[in-house]
Amino acid sequence: MAFPFISVIIFTPLVAGMLILMLPADRKAEIKVIAAAAAFISLVLSLWLFFTYDREAARLATDWAGRIQFEEKIAWVPSLGLSYHVGGDGFNIPLLLLTSLILFAGVLVSWHIEHRAREFFAFLMVLATGIFGGFAALDLFLLVFFYEMAIFPIYVMIAVWGSTRKEFAAMKLTLYILVGSIIALVGLFAIYFKAGLGTFDMVEIYQNGNLDATFQRIWFLPVFVGFGVLASLWPFHVWSPDGYVAAPTVVSMLHAGVLKNMGAYVALRTGIQLLPEGAKFWMPFIVFLTVISIVYSAMVAMSQRDFKYVFGFASVGHMGIVLLGFSTLNLVGLTGTGVQMFIHGAMSAIFFSIVGMVYDRAHTRDIPSLGGFVRIMPIPTLAFLIAGLSSMGMPGLAGFVAEIQIFIGVWLAYAPQHWWFPWMAIIASSGVIITAAYIMRVAYSVFFGELRPEFADLPGVTLMDKIAVTLLAIPLIVIGVYPSIIMPLAQTGAASIASLFGGA
Amino acid sequence: MDFILSHLLSLIVFTPLLGAIVVMLLPGHQKRLIRWVAFGLSLIPFILSVVLWVNFVPGEPGYQFVEQADWLPALGVRYHVGVDGLSLTLILLTTLLTPLGVLISFSIEEHVRSFFALFLFLETGILGYFVALDLIIFFIFWEIGLVPMYFLINQWGSANRRYASFKFFIYTMAGSLAMLLAIQVIWIASRSIVPTGTFDIPLLMQMRPFTGEQVLPFLSQELARTIAFWAFVIAFAIKVPIWPVHTWLPDAHTEAPTAGSMILAGVLLKMGAYGFLRVVIPFFPAEAARFALALAILALLSILMGAYAAYGQTDFKRLVAYSSINHMGIVILGIAVAATTLGTKQYAEHGVMAYNGAVLQMFNHGLTSAALFALVGMVYERTHTRDLSAYGGLWVVMPAYGGILIYSAMANLGLPGLGSFVSEFLVVRGAWPVYTLITALAMIGLVMTAAFTLMAVQRVLHGPLNPRWKELREITWREGLAMAPLMIGLLAIGVWPRWILDVINAAAQFL
Repeated sequence: MAFPFISVIIFTPLVAGMLILMLPADRKAEIKVIAAAAAFISLVLSLWLFFTYDREAARLATDWAGRIQFEEKIAWVPSLGLSYHVGGDGFNIPLLLLTSLILFAGVLVSWHIEHRAREFFAFLMVLATGIFGGFAALDLFLLVFFYEMAIFPIYVMIAVWGSTRKEFAAMKLTLYILVGSIIALVGLFAIYFKAGLGTFDMVEIYQNGNLDATFQRIWFLPVFVGFGVLASLWPFHVWSPDGYVAAPTVVSMLHAGVLKNMGAYVALRTGIQLLPEGAKFWMPFIVFLTVISIVYSAMVAMSQRDFKYVFGFASVGHMGIVLLGFSTLNLVGLTGTGVQMFIHGAMSAIFFSIVGMVYDRAHTRDIPSLGGFVRIMPIPTLAFLIAGLSSMGMPGLAGFVAEIQIFIGVWLAYAPQHWWFPWMAIIASSGVIITAAYIMRVAYSVFFGELRPEFADLPGVTLMDKIAVTLLAIPLIVIGVYPSIIMPLAQTGAASIASLFGGA
Repeated sequence: MDFILSHLLSLIVFTPLLGAIVVMLLPGHQKRLIRWVAFGLSLIPFILSVVLWVNFVPGEPGYQFVEQADWLPALGVRYHVGVDGLSLTLILLTTLLTPLGVLISFSIEEHVRSFFALFLFLETGILGYFVALDLIIFFIFWEIGLVPMYFLINQWGSANRRYASFKFFIYTMAGSLAMLLAIQVIWIASRSIVPTGTFDIPLLMQMRPFTGEQVLPFLSQELARTIAFWAFVIAFAIKVPIWPVHTWLPDAHTEAPTAGSMILAGVLLKMGAYGFLRVVIPFFPAEAARFALALAILALLSILMGAYAAYGQTDFKRLVAYSSINHMGIVILGIAVAATTLGTKQYAEHGVMAYNGAVLQMFNHGLTSAALFALVGMVYERTHTRDLSAYGGLWVVMPAYGGILIYSAMANLGLPGLGSFVSEFLVVRGAWPVYTLITALAMIGLVMTAAFTLMAVQRVLHGPLNPRWKELREITWREGLAMAPLMIGLLAIGVWPRWILDVINAAAQFL
């Protein structure tokens, strides 16, 4: 059997977490090193997967099953049809890479955590395992297992280590996502039973399950919207701003950067891929929600006083763009979405990590009170500008590459009975200019302008922080200048889904 | 040498970026080192563009020095670049003004490294825009030009810089959004002829994509053409700027640091006019012809309003800013004439004349506005005021400066023997039979240009010497060196314009 790359990626953090729990609480240095090492191993292996995935073979394959590589399948509970089935394709490999990048950057950014560090990093490792597993799972039950595994540690991490109204925010976030996932779970069970194959295996259901059109139309909405709650689909996004503001930095980074992507990814895999008839029916209406999300959250972000709230809403808006790409159901739009998921993750992680750096020093997130921070932290400011420009779709950076594909995909999604798609493209584009306005405003107010005397002696950022933001900013530049590094991969992933709807 | 010639355009476009990176790597406190290294690096694109000029063959149709490479195959976007007479002229202008701007900026003391790095980065954006032959690449470089300019104004500008930079950024970005929409619509329409769609400019020009069958049922080719045309017009009109979407310019030019204003007025404004000539007229000849009269009227308003507003200014720099609106109005008048006469037999040669005039005016105005802004900057550095009424009698203290200011002012108002006369004459001569009334009124504008220019000169140089300025430094050799190429260029064009008109005319013939 080939080396189980994906399982190692998934379980290394869990093993590290257990090791961490066995250490005495005061050995903080060792704890952090173990966490960083686990993240680093996952990062190296995900990079390996990213670059060795055979794009040519995937392009020639005829259906989804042919495009899954690094596959591992072990029967778990055969009588119930549960198996440990994981694998990588063009959609989830970039997301695995994104997770490991943000995990590694997040560990570096959390290096200074002192209060109950052992438990913090242990929970972080469990969270990581849940996320990796959620992306790689190809069995419905396994998927839900990892999904829930990712949700619970967040509740504890926000409630114990968070800030502004942490208990309230933690409860709100967890309840919302949980209710959403339970509704979706009911839908998944419905799929299991209706498919009549006695298995939870997604690939088998995809290939052989005979789910009739009516069934699909009924159950698409619970499944897609249930998981869409985690993807902050408007109007179910309300847990997100409060949750992110309250969460400790690394949790915000992982949540905005990765968990929302996981919600979207799972909604895609189980909703769109397994219930295409339902998708065809409902997505042209869901597109309205996504466009509202984009424009509304940009406008709300504009009016925020709290630095972190701006980016809480910003990430809702960017997920709106991801979901807009989903609604196109064509090759161009879905390819753009695959890239946008990756980019949105990197951008959000940069934003939240820098918010954390500013807050740790200034102990305030009130925008009017800040200013001039470029003198204290020049490298994070540069990373912030790169992420900010990318988020407004500045050509030359990655955001433009993803957004242009999605917008063109929206144009192509036009059909006589869904004539509104081009209007959606135009309205969504207006979100770009609002994004530009609030990003420039925040950038100026926090980083440029006058440095207040009370902040004049603040320490700069550590080497760990610099490495973290640089690591996250590099993909934004590289993809912007050389999109072919990710585009063919995303395209093979998108092909599996677009082919259900008639290709490009 | 062969490698250089075959990749000349990419080298010209990207050497400033490399230069910017080199500058960033220099030690931050070694200001002299940074300044001279930046100057040296900025000369490289200039030398390369002279090589380009010499090796360019004016009579040949189509684009020269073409380079192509795949960039985003999924959408059919290719890195496709090339030059013709029009873009060559503007490349030369850009690569000439950048080193001069660097020289003028030696007085910048704060964050010197970042300043010059941003300045060089800006040059890459502008040069890439002028050589792009693929709409997405075109758009990318257009946008890339925005960010460094924002920071240059925002960080190194004067008192009202925050407002001015924000206004500049958002205003022009709104135009960019219109352009993005237009590009998307063109792509959709192009699918009627090329199934996977194309963004390639030469191909789209040949294809006339809006004559095929309609691709999307609600989007007739007629509608697509109209939307794309107006969206492009709005985007470029904001950049030129044409009255009434010019209001970002006075603030941006006034608040920018001197070199920023030189590049802003000297080159960035031309990006808008270039867009009209490269995209709007070739892609939409019928709509352009229909819109030409309105464009000519707006041009006239720019000329008159710009001159009138300039006359009323008390701030020296703001006066020069309004003068830019005035001169770009003449460019747009020439473009309007070219749009009207395209394809007609009767006034074809007038159209060509007006086109030549417009492009030459772009080049001339680049030189004169750079010169004037540089001179404003010099006097500001010495007196720390831009208030015209605070000056007076500076001729006595700085005679060499005064001489250069008078020379540049004469160039600005179109004195025969200096460049602007040739371009303004060509535009007027070309426009006269086509838009007689408008041209007559525009000539009143030219008189007003003379009025405000001379008014400014009088306030600065003549009159009783204000005692505050008794000890002012004369113009330094460095500043003089920066002014020299501009003055020589203006004289050369004024006296023997053939060397540049041959190149421009080639492009005009093939429109």
